[in-house]
Amino acid sequence: MAKEAQLQVSYTVEELVAVNPYNPDILADLENFVNEQVSSQKYSLDANLCLLRLYQFEPERMSTPIVARILIKALMAMPAQDFSLCLFLIPEQVQSEEQFKTLIVLSHYLETARFRLFWDEVAKNRSLLESVPGFQQAIEAYAVHVLSLTYQKVPRPVLAEAINKEGLALDQFLEYHVANSGWAIEKSQGRSQLIVLPPNEFNHPELKKNASDSVSFEHVTRIFPVLS
Amino acid sequence: MAAYDADSSAGGDLAYDPNFVPDSVKTFVVHLYRQIREKNVYEIHQMYEGSFNRLTDRMFRESPWPTAEAVAPYVDGDHVFCLLYREMWFRHVYARLTPTPKQRVESWDNYCSLFGVVLHGVVNMQLPNQWLWDMVDEFVYQFQSYCQYRAKLKTKTEEELQLLRHFDQAWNVYGVLNYLQALVEKSNIIQILEREKEGLEQFTAVDGYDYQGGSNVLKMLGYYSMIGLLRVHCLLGDYRTGLKCMAPIDLSQQGVYTSVIGSHISTIYHYGFANLMLRRYGDAIREFNKMLLYILKYKQYHQKSPQYDQILKKNEQMYALLAVCLSLCPQLKLVDENVSTQLKEKYNDKMTKMQRYDDEASTVYDELFSYGCPKFITPSAPVLDEPLTNYNQEAYRLQLKMFLFEVKQQQLLAGIRSFLKIYSTITVTKLAQFMDVDEATLRTILMTYKHKMHSTDNDGKIVSNADIDFYVDDDTVHVVEAKPTKRFGDYFLRQILKFEEMISELEKVQLD
Repeated sequence: MAKEAQLQVSYTVEELVAVNPYNPDILADLENFVNEQVSSQKYSLDANLCLLRLYQFEPERMSTPIVARILIKALMAMPAQDFSLCLFLIPEQVQSEEQFKTLIVLSHYLETARFRLFWDEVAKNRSLLESVPGFQQAIEAYAVHVLSLTYQKVPRPVLAEAINKEGLALDQFLEYHVANSGWAIEKSQGRSQLIVLPPNEFNHPELKKNASDSVSFEHVTRIFPVLS
Repeated sequence: MAAYDADSSAGGDLAYDPNFVPDSVKTFVVHLYRQIREKNVYEIHQMYEGSFNRLTDRMFRESPWPTAEAVAPYVDGDHVFCLLYREMWFRHVYARLTPTPKQRVESWDNYCSLFGVVLHGVVNMQLPNQWLWDMVDEFVYQFQSYCQYRAKLKTKTEEELQLLRHFDQAWNVYGVLNYLQALVEKSNIIQILEREKEGLEQFTAVDGYDYQGGSNVLKMLGYYSMIGLLRVHCLLGDYRTGLKCMAPIDLSQQGVYTSVIGSHISTIYHYGFANLMLRRYGDAIREFNKMLLYILKYKQYHQKSPQYDQILKKNEQMYALLAVCLSLCPQLKLVDENVSTQLKEKYNDKMTKMQRYDDEASTVYDELFSYGCPKFITPSAPVLDEPLTNYNQEAYRLQLKMFLFEVKQQQLLAGIRSFLKIYSTITVTKLAQFMDVDEATLRTILMTYKHKMHSTDNDGKIVSNADIDFYVDDDTVHVVEAKPTKRFGDYFLRQILKFEEMISELEKVQLD
């Protein structure tokens, strides 16, 4: 019953954002929705942008803890650019507060693939980030994504640094992905393991579909009268 | 209604009598009123663009037109006509004079009444698209102007502050957005465009006009409001929502948005800018390129138009933004030759500087961004009691700061591109040596390049913007040359249709 009610609320909030977004009365609903996103590991960029806009229209009603939560959720959405989309709407004075400076630094490290610096900084700010479940896994997924764009075969230490795992934890991680994501492990002469990532169009250019030469269905329909 | 304050800052024609209606104005309003009643769109357009501007040049260069109250007797006191006339009246004041604070507020009231009438669905006119576009465009412009005006508090007189306190609802951001949204919804324009795709509705083919005796006003105001919403969201810094508002319009085709040049330019300019901020450089470059090519070809036909200056200004801004996009994402093949020539003439030096990614580059990015960007606004109501400051630059400074931060992150990629151009294979160790960094840093740079050169589109799909690409196999970098793609499919389709046309033409020929 409680779960049904939960589904009901989020459906309504997202509907509100689609139908009546420029409405100061939905501010409280949107704030509740942010907390719901955090606790149930959901995410809606549009609802959060809507809330940030309302804060922009009425700065006295801004709640910095809510904004911090929105930003953390946005970080977790990487490689999508949600974090900077949110920052565009947050005034400079607010951005210069400690917790936001930290989040901006974290985003900077992720954007520039400086994973070791990133995880070090995370360790110094556990309280801020542990309040959002799923943070660790989301960043690991981003790290794997960037590695998959770049590498056909990645050396173990590089992967280890990117996802902040060592020893047994790393082995378990590898086992999981070998079983479920098409990864493979190669032994390299006298050096560390090599992890073979599944081929995609970014790390295997021959797989790149020559998309620009494919013709959309809509265009083909134009010659149907001719063909008949 | 507003009496023109003879001693206010709005022009200096002390001989102006707001109630005096010269004969030529009498004739003008009588004729315009009749044409509107008879729905002669072509004549209305001639009078709106032609006669109005000629009369302005002749008699109202430095003073407003006669008030709506003064002309009302000549048009049967028609309420809607007076609203339309007043809208033109205020637009003229903004264009040629400086509006007084009171006039700004009254213009807002007029828009509320005008849109109110349209939203009630009781309007039965057909007006030229140019006029309807100008209404929406001006509405957003006056909003932007008011936000700038009320953010400069330092030099305000007590009288002006009182006015701001009293008329605190004028040009409030909720009102502006909700009117635009209401026009979009009430006009059903999104459904109309969807039905058109399925062949169930004629819209683009008739340029939005109604040939069944109905009115095009609500429909077209709804259509143009989508572009208005894109613009307002850009001014607020919410690029994603702005693009969403515009999504029902298909930019890959001609449409109603292209038939009025002002709306065409505004659409592409804001669409391109939003994509630039969303790091979708490829999309931005493509659209800017198309628009600049169009302007190059057709601007001569608009030389006499009152919008000519605006067209030229936007043209220059788009070149600046294009230069920025190409420096961040060198995809010169996306740019037409003629546009490229113009671009080089204007910005060759600056583009070279930007691609060096040093401190000097930052200055150039700053300069071009500041020139090309929209006039961002702070939408919230001013705080009128504490020490009065000017904060009209705050919004712009924030967007600039965010943009330059992104540029700085891409500074890391400065050296790598030139090396990728030379080598087809190179070890990580060697490349690190050449770039004078340690291996770990190089690997970081390689990953940053990949991340920055790939953007996420609206469906979450990863799209590559890279001109040069590579992959890494353990400790070796393999560079991939981007092959120039030959678009056979499209070419054949076009030729098939062309030949079909020719054949049917030939079949019509009768030989005696």
